[in-house]
Amino acid sequence: MSSTLLNTKDISRAVSRISHEILERNRGAGNIALVGIRTRGVVLSQRLKEQIEEIEDVTVDHGVLDITLYRDDLAAGIQKPELKKTDISFALEDKHIILCDDVLFTGRTIRAAIDALMDFGRPSSVQLAVLIDRGHRELPIRPDYVGKNIPTAKSKRVQVLFNEEDGEDKVIIQEQSN
Amino acid sequence: MLLSTKSILGTKELTKQDIQQILDTAESFKEISTRAIKKVPTLRGKTIINLFFEPSTRTRTSFEIAGKRLSADVINISGSTSSTVKGENLIDTARNLEAMNPDILVVRHHCSGAPALLSQFVNSPIINAGDGTHEHPSQALLDLLTIRSHRGDLEGLKVAIVGDINHSRVARSNIKAMQTMGMKVRVVGPPPLIPVGLERLGVEVSHNLSEAIKDVDVVMVLRIQLERQNQGLLSSLREYSNYFCLTSETLAKARDDILIIHPGPVNRGIEIALDVMEGPRSLILNQVTNGVAIRMALFYLLLGENNANPN
Amino acid sequence: MRTLIKNGQVIDPANQIDGSFDILINNRKIEAVAPRGKVPASKIKDAQVIDAKDCVVAPGFCDMHVHFREPGHEYKETIETGSASAAAGGFSTVAVMPNTSPVNDSRSVTELILSQAKKTGLVNVLPIGAITRGLKGETLSDMGELKESGCIGYSDDGKPVMDSELMRRALEYSRMFDLPCIQHSEILDLTRGGCMNEGIVSTELGLKGMPVEAEDIMVFRDICLLQKTGGRLHVAHISSGGAVDLVRQAKAKGLPVTCEVAPHHFTLTEEACRSYDTNAKMSPPLRTDEDIELIKEGLRDGTIDMIATDHAPHDLADKQVEFSNACFGIVGLETALPLTLKLVDEKVITLQKAVDLLTQQPCRVFNLDKGTLGVGKDADIVIFNPDTQYTIDPAKFKSRSKNSPYKGWKVRGKVLHTLVAGKTVYSAHNE
Repeated sequence: MSSTLLNTKDISRAVSRISHEILERNRGAGNIALVGIRTRGVVLSQRLKEQIEEIEDVTVDHGVLDITLYRDDLAAGIQKPELKKTDISFALEDKHIILCDDVLFTGRTIRAAIDALMDFGRPSSVQLAVLIDRGHRELPIRPDYVGKNIPTAKSKRVQVLFNEEDGEDKVIIQEQSN
Repeated sequence: MLLSTKSILGTKELTKQDIQQILDTAESFKEISTRAIKKVPTLRGKTIINLFFEPSTRTRTSFEIAGKRLSADVINISGSTSSTVKGENLIDTARNLEAMNPDILVVRHHCSGAPALLSQFVNSPIINAGDGTHEHPSQALLDLLTIRSHRGDLEGLKVAIVGDINHSRVARSNIKAMQTMGMKVRVVGPPPLIPVGLERLGVEVSHNLSEAIKDVDVVMVLRIQLERQNQGLLSSLREYSNYFCLTSETLAKARDDILIIHPGPVNRGIEIALDVMEGPRSLILNQVTNGVAIRMALFYLLLGENNANPN
Repeated sequence: MRTLIKNGQVIDPANQIDGSFDILINNRKIEAVAPRGKVPASKIKDAQVIDAKDCVVAPGFCDMHVHFREPGHEYKETIETGSASAAAGGFSTVAVMPNTSPVNDSRSVTELILSQAKKTGLVNVLPIGAITRGLKGETLSDMGELKESGCIGYSDDGKPVMDSELMRRALEYSRMFDLPCIQHSEILDLTRGGCMNEGIVSTELGLKGMPVEAEDIMVFRDICLLQKTGGRLHVAHISSGGAVDLVRQAKAKGLPVTCEVAPHHFTLTEEACRSYDTNAKMSPPLRTDEDIELIKEGLRDGTIDMIATDHAPHDLADKQVEFSNACFGIVGLETALPLTLKLVDEKVITLQKAVDLLTQQPCRVFNLDKGTLGVGKDADIVIFNPDTQYTIDPAKFKSRSKNSPYKGWKVRGKVLHTLVAGKTVYSAHNE
């Protein structure tokens, strides 16, 4: 039981719009850097990076964050998620960091990501870009850039599929199947 | 994403998948030690007890750093090293510690099987940090991590382990782990230092160092203990060196890209020549760095699992 | 007061009896052994009757190798608890080793043991005196005095007599008293620090091994000495296939050598040590499948004279420790029968032979007027059902110690009654 919320074109338009919003708000790409949260936030950040570099004809710093070690539910006995590498090879100081994730839900992932980022340095600001905001926040966190707001029932599952990871671009919503 | 064992008592009990997972996780942890702030909050509020009944600086420090980089509270306790200390004390000590609810016990003991004994009396996961002449699993895992990061894949690699195999827990752990990972193991040393029946474990035995390392990818040199001379197992260290010291000459026939590892601490000039030890093929310091990453991985993978709720 | 044991299958190898017989006991002695129903009615009028239907009735078992720890280590076992354990295992006679504290190397200790046994009043307890004073391996004990006080053999068991000259003199001197010297065969130079058989398992566990040669060499040495000394050599708890072979060759030459095997040495191998189970730690150590095969061959062809348990009780505090620090040995009296019957199941020996190895044979070697159901002999009798199946539970042992590796084993063969001099000292019905 699933239905499509966004198709390839919708996603492409959203990425394009967000790229422009980022540039507008930060007055160009001068001191911004994109950091994607594993796994699908990385894809979003890469697409934004490509678009921004194309529009501005510059090179933008890019990093990858694995927030597993900062999660607040590790000790609660969940099954251990596979740990992958974090790769931030530039200095965060004086940078406006655009943190990217595919879906914004409770906000807990973003909390963990901010904590992780802070262990790498002191950026000028951290802004949040997400493809989907589905509501149900449990922490005082809000996105700066949103592809689409999709009000959902908490029991539903929103899934973003990206060509790079899943072989196709689309966003679907499904009933929890457990 | 679960290990097949609750405690790490030996590499014997680990499956190929377990080892793979530990190495992959450790690989990711290496990065943390290169950061300016070398600490993540993962194990905040967890308590790790290092229970060492045998003196150790390196291993204990490595476990301690690993725990602290994960934000755990690490407590070091050294038991008496006297050989008259009997198991009543071991079990009593462990039960007392258990009553303080530690999350992991790291145990080193001079008796083979002591961590296995403890595991029957405490609920916390136990990591064997070296027991007698039995096993030293975290050392073998860090050796594998070191080899893998230089060779990419472990399957099919050939290794020669040189020295006192008989009294080496590092050798035992490595033999088991390497065989699990599809590597070929050959041991090299004088017959009195080769344990009985090793061939039956699928290990090749050689007494000629330069021949034995001709075709191997890795040579692991073990520390030779001075007291073996008094036990009648060695005629003299000088003679041992003549036959089993890894020198540039013995390496002459070996492959150019051979990797040299040593669990430390090194007796320079006795089992390995200084220039070889400090030469480009030696990975001895990589091993130490990888040791922290492996121990972080073990803590990470063991903690929280024992109270895992299936729902 | 008479007792009649009826309806049983009587197996009495000493008198070549195997069949349906009734046994009449009168005043501590066997008064009659008659075909079923043929004991004259006049004699059984007021007799107490024990119905042995489906059971084997045999001479009470005789174990020539136990450790009862009294005097000195009563927390592990006393003569009283050990005797109760023996009775529960079907044993009416046991020989206790001298490695107590103080060592049984003098009349006073021998007499203490005998008086404690008498006070207990359960089974016949026969002391074995030390070969060397204090088991120190330095000077011979007063073998004459020991015999006069009641000892039935000499041994330093737990330790070998390492000094070849001393062993030679012990064999020579013991000739005067016609008692066997029982050797714990182990060359200590080869087993120093060892705690299990040397082999693939000790290699994997990182435990110091005790090579089988340590046993073989000592057996060989003693046999060599025996050729000139005379005297009688009894090899205790043989565990090595090679040693069995040496004994066989010596017997073929007509040398006065005998040997015993403990049930654990034909039912368990070094594999039992894999989990660092200290109840698998014994001396001599558990060996290999090949050794077990050779031991079974030795039992089959009579090279091995008897089964003896080497009952070695140890408290939890001595066993619940690191393997290398644990004491050697296990309790054996209450598992000996079912483990011996395994040999019958495996067709290694017959039921008659199994009874023989536990009764007539040890008494022959030790010159005891026991192990027989002959008329006029002491009414020491065991009644057991060879088919009763059950699971071994050391917690139920009468022994003060519970150190047994057989916990949870499903076995068959259960002792129902043990009588010593006509008196019931154990009855399963009272449990």
